[in-house]
Amino acid sequence: MTEQGNILGFPILSLITFLPVVGVILLLLVGRERVRVIRNLAFLFSLGSFAASLLLPLYYDRSTAAVQFVERLHWIPTIGVTYFFGLDGISLWLVMLTTFLSPIAVLCSYESIKHRTKEFYIFLLILETGMLGVFVALDFFLFYVFWEVMLVPMYFLIGVWGSDRRLYSAIKFFLYTLFGSVIMLLGILAVYFYAGGQTGRYTFDVLQLMRVAYPNAPVINFLGVALSFQDLVWLAFALSFAIKVPMFPFHTWLPDAHTDAPTAGSVILAGVLLKMGAYGFLRFNLPMFPEASQHFVPLIFVLSIIAIIYGAMVCMVQPDMKRLIAYSSVSHMGFVMLGMFAFNPQGVQGSLLQMINHGLSTGGLFLVVGLIYDRRHTRLISELGGISRPMPVFATLFAIIMFASMGLPGLNGFIGEFLILLGAFQVRWWWGAFAVTGIILGAAYMLWLYQRTMFGEVTKEENKSLPDLDAREMATLLPIIAFCFWIGLYPAPFLKAMEASVANVIQTVEKGAAGKAVGAKQAAATGQVGNPAHPGGTRQSGNPAIGQSGNQEPQIAQSPDRQIAILGSRLSATHAAARVPGSVVAR
Amino acid sequence: MTPLVNLADLALAAPEIVITVTGLLVLLLDVAVRGRNRGWLGGVSVVGVTVALGLVLRQTAGPARSLAFSGLHVVDNYANFFKVVFLLSTIIVILLSARTLQEQGMAVGEFNALLLFATLGTMLMASAVDLLSLFVGLETMAVSTYALCGFLKGDQRCNEGALKYLLMGVFSTGVVLYGMVLLYGFAGSTNLEAIARAIGMGTFSNPALLMAMVLLAAGFGFKIAAVPFHMYLPDMYEGAPTPVVAFMAGAAELAGLAVLVRVFLWALPGLQADWSLLFWVLAVLTMTIGNLVAIAQANIKRMLAYSTIAHMGYLLIGPVVGSQLGVAAVLFYSLVYACMTIGAFGMVILLARGTVPGDQIDDFTGLAQRSPLAAAIMLLFLLSLTGIPPTAGFVGKFYLFAAAVDAGYIWLVLIAVINSAISLFYYMRVVMVMYMRDLPPQGIALSRSPALYLALFLAAAVTLLLGIFPGPVLEFAKASAAGIAG
Repeated sequence: MTEQGNILGFPILSLITFLPVVGVILLLLVGRERVRVIRNLAFLFSLGSFAASLLLPLYYDRSTAAVQFVERLHWIPTIGVTYFFGLDGISLWLVMLTTFLSPIAVLCSYESIKHRTKEFYIFLLILETGMLGVFVALDFFLFYVFWEVMLVPMYFLIGVWGSDRRLYSAIKFFLYTLFGSVIMLLGILAVYFYAGGQTGRYTFDVLQLMRVAYPNAPVINFLGVALSFQDLVWLAFALSFAIKVPMFPFHTWLPDAHTDAPTAGSVILAGVLLKMGAYGFLRFNLPMFPEASQHFVPLIFVLSIIAIIYGAMVCMVQPDMKRLIAYSSVSHMGFVMLGMFAFNPQGVQGSLLQMINHGLSTGGLFLVVGLIYDRRHTRLISELGGISRPMPVFATLFAIIMFASMGLPGLNGFIGEFLILLGAFQVRWWWGAFAVTGIILGAAYMLWLYQRTMFGEVTKEENKSLPDLDAREMATLLPIIAFCFWIGLYPAPFLKAMEASVANVIQTVEKGAAGKAVGAKQAAATGQVGNPAHPGGTRQSGNPAIGQSGNQEPQIAQSPDRQIAILGSRLSATHAAARVPGSVVAR
Repeated sequence: MTPLVNLADLALAAPEIVITVTGLLVLLLDVAVRGRNRGWLGGVSVVGVTVALGLVLRQTAGPARSLAFSGLHVVDNYANFFKVVFLLSTIIVILLSARTLQEQGMAVGEFNALLLFATLGTMLMASAVDLLSLFVGLETMAVSTYALCGFLKGDQRCNEGALKYLLMGVFSTGVVLYGMVLLYGFAGSTNLEAIARAIGMGTFSNPALLMAMVLLAAGFGFKIAAVPFHMYLPDMYEGAPTPVVAFMAGAAELAGLAVLVRVFLWALPGLQADWSLLFWVLAVLTMTIGNLVAIAQANIKRMLAYSTIAHMGYLLIGPVVGSQLGVAAVLFYSLVYACMTIGAFGMVILLARGTVPGDQIDDFTGLAQRSPLAAAIMLLFLLSLTGIPPTAGFVGKFYLFAAAVDAGYIWLVLIAVINSAISLFYYMRVVMVMYMRDLPPQGIALSRSPALYLALFLAAAVTLLLGIFPGPVLEFAKASAAGIAG
């Protein structure tokens, strides 16, 4: 990866990231009892951060994978730590998602947070800074600082303003994630010293560390599996990210944390925090350790498919709405991981887009549950029923968000899931086939949830006179719905911006695969489909991966896995329209 | 013939002389000046320590290494760095103690004088390059702290803890002495570098030499409360006056570490493979047992005692590694650890009032509602102890672990980082009761001593600033370590 200067001429990323902290400092000066001032101030600053972030897509150069809006200062020169912020096509929309959801999280807490409001908004704003920092930091030390700083306010949000078993959930969340982080720390140090030893320059600069080739010769033998340096470091990073995503065996903190967090906490958790894990894989694991990434593809696929199906099946039996939506996140994030490890443009772009989609739709669903909870102080499905009668507007908005989450065409979820499936089918058709069952199950539990809560007779007396949404409550849901439609109907601008960066990641991973028989066939498949579909990739000067994979084609044709290559080309023919992802819906 | 002591020697020992004179002055003034309020004696002590701190800081710009008193006393930046830590700790502890002394009716003059003599001992230990001067420093520190730990004569827990500490301390001194004797018998000199030269020519597998090494490690292990030599520590911490505990954690134990690193790196470089393994085992035991037992504590002073043990375990990573980076990490982490631990004990003092000791974790219940600022400061110390950014504790641990990874001690770091995650559990329990439980109806009484607040702010400021801008201090630590490890 290369970097481009900051065309805005002022430190825009720092401004966006630290504006909430400025808000915190002002909040500290306001008296505890002046609740109205406090929440408006918090809203103002999170909105200000969003307003500033609107400059990013406007000035973002879509033609390159280079890191943009770069800010770089020496921080701890003794050990090569820099204050290095930058943005590329991978982080752009995640930053936007964060700044977009934060004011909504503030707004949805206006009425529901009644005690210790000042501390609540302080923690919420610190959390925003932490999350933004994670997405824009390109120095490992700085990244790690933000990665951990963010845990503290989240711990408080769950522990102080949560419900039921909030203390248990809060410490469980903190311990789980910290455990992952410290293992990642070990990985960071290993990379730092290896690269420093190779280049003679010790630095935590991610872009510099990406240029180093990490050794892939087996160094230890663990239970019969030979693991290389790359594999070990890959695993150290992956554990941390897998806990955050969360991937299948590490997901148990999620239902607790999501269920017991206050609405704003759940929205942020589902909307942004889970994305950090997936972002970590895409930002660090794939481009830095391409061989290891190829090596672990089967593992990730199996875990993702288990997550997709198991998560969806657990949803079916949840009596608690919030828990149901929490488990649906496990399933949806399984899709995200599946698409990413397809290592082709469709899969990775779909994965990245699905992160945004999931942030919007699941964030929205948690808002919906929060709205009911504010009125009825219950989340049990059995306590509800026929809510659409007293609350028709609410029922409509809920329906739209639910459809978005299910992946109904015309809404955002469809585009993401479609691209991911497209990517997965190209690699192994049965991977895609397994994933499809997740979509079917997803439709089942979502529709069933909607039916039980919204339709039929009003079963409980107290539900008959529930007030419908007021203007503020609608203001939390409508922006989300607007984006659901925008991405669903015209995703091109979103996909276009990530194209070059995604192509760059895939190219790196393919380089890692080039020497390996296992990877080669994938390279061929992705080369065939990806090449014509993405002129953005070829426009870059010197894109060796595509030429490389083309050269390997004769070898592939003789290999026993030839069919896969053929399947890849067949897919590219049948889905000609899908080549330019923007035109999927237009057709 | 050159005179035994010349002016240059005295100039090199100026900080120690200032501390000694201040201590004596405090004793003298205590007797000479009448009046009920003795708080100003603390002020005199702070002034003296600050002057000494200034002198040490001036010496850091001097030559890399100067020997004084016929090679008994060295002034290098390794010693200077530790002295800065000790003096800073002492200043904070004196400020912390002001209110406690008054409320518990303790003798201000004696307390401050003893504290200053203990500080003198720690400084002599940091500068010791000869087994003799080392032992003088060790005993100066030890005898003063025996008295300090038993300062509450009427309190049974205090007496019990002090007696345990005294017995264990005397025993460990004997062990150290035995090790020194063997070393002297082997090398024919008490000078650390002369010993290294003698051993360098001898055979490595000499059992007497290994015995000396093990005895020294065990003796210093008592001083720094490494597992399995830690048994006295929790009782002593629970019983002793809290300011004394803060001093023990923030200076006395670190002084043990300072001599440990210097003795093993300077006198026994030939045995590095052996003692590195020994410290590996000690480090792992110390951090793991410290952290695991801390989980079960209900008394915050006991919890912090085990937390101290765990941190000594992390710090032992430095001698295991034995590289310049390792020593630099020990220096930096010592500074950080002193500030955050003393700060945490300062919070215990803040909550203690009159006869209420304020030393149960539950005494912190609802503190965030009573005083958000006090809770935030405690939160800062606890996050730093856990090693969560943006605090100094994070940078310190990061640097320490980096040194170990650099030297290839991957398993050690793996154990250490997992320990670090475990420690979150008990530190966060304090945070939990502060923030997530409601204030009890009787409320929390907070001490209103301005000196105490000043001390807390000082400790908090260092903890936060070194977390955000560690650059210059890290640089200095690295340069200071150059003289002791290659």
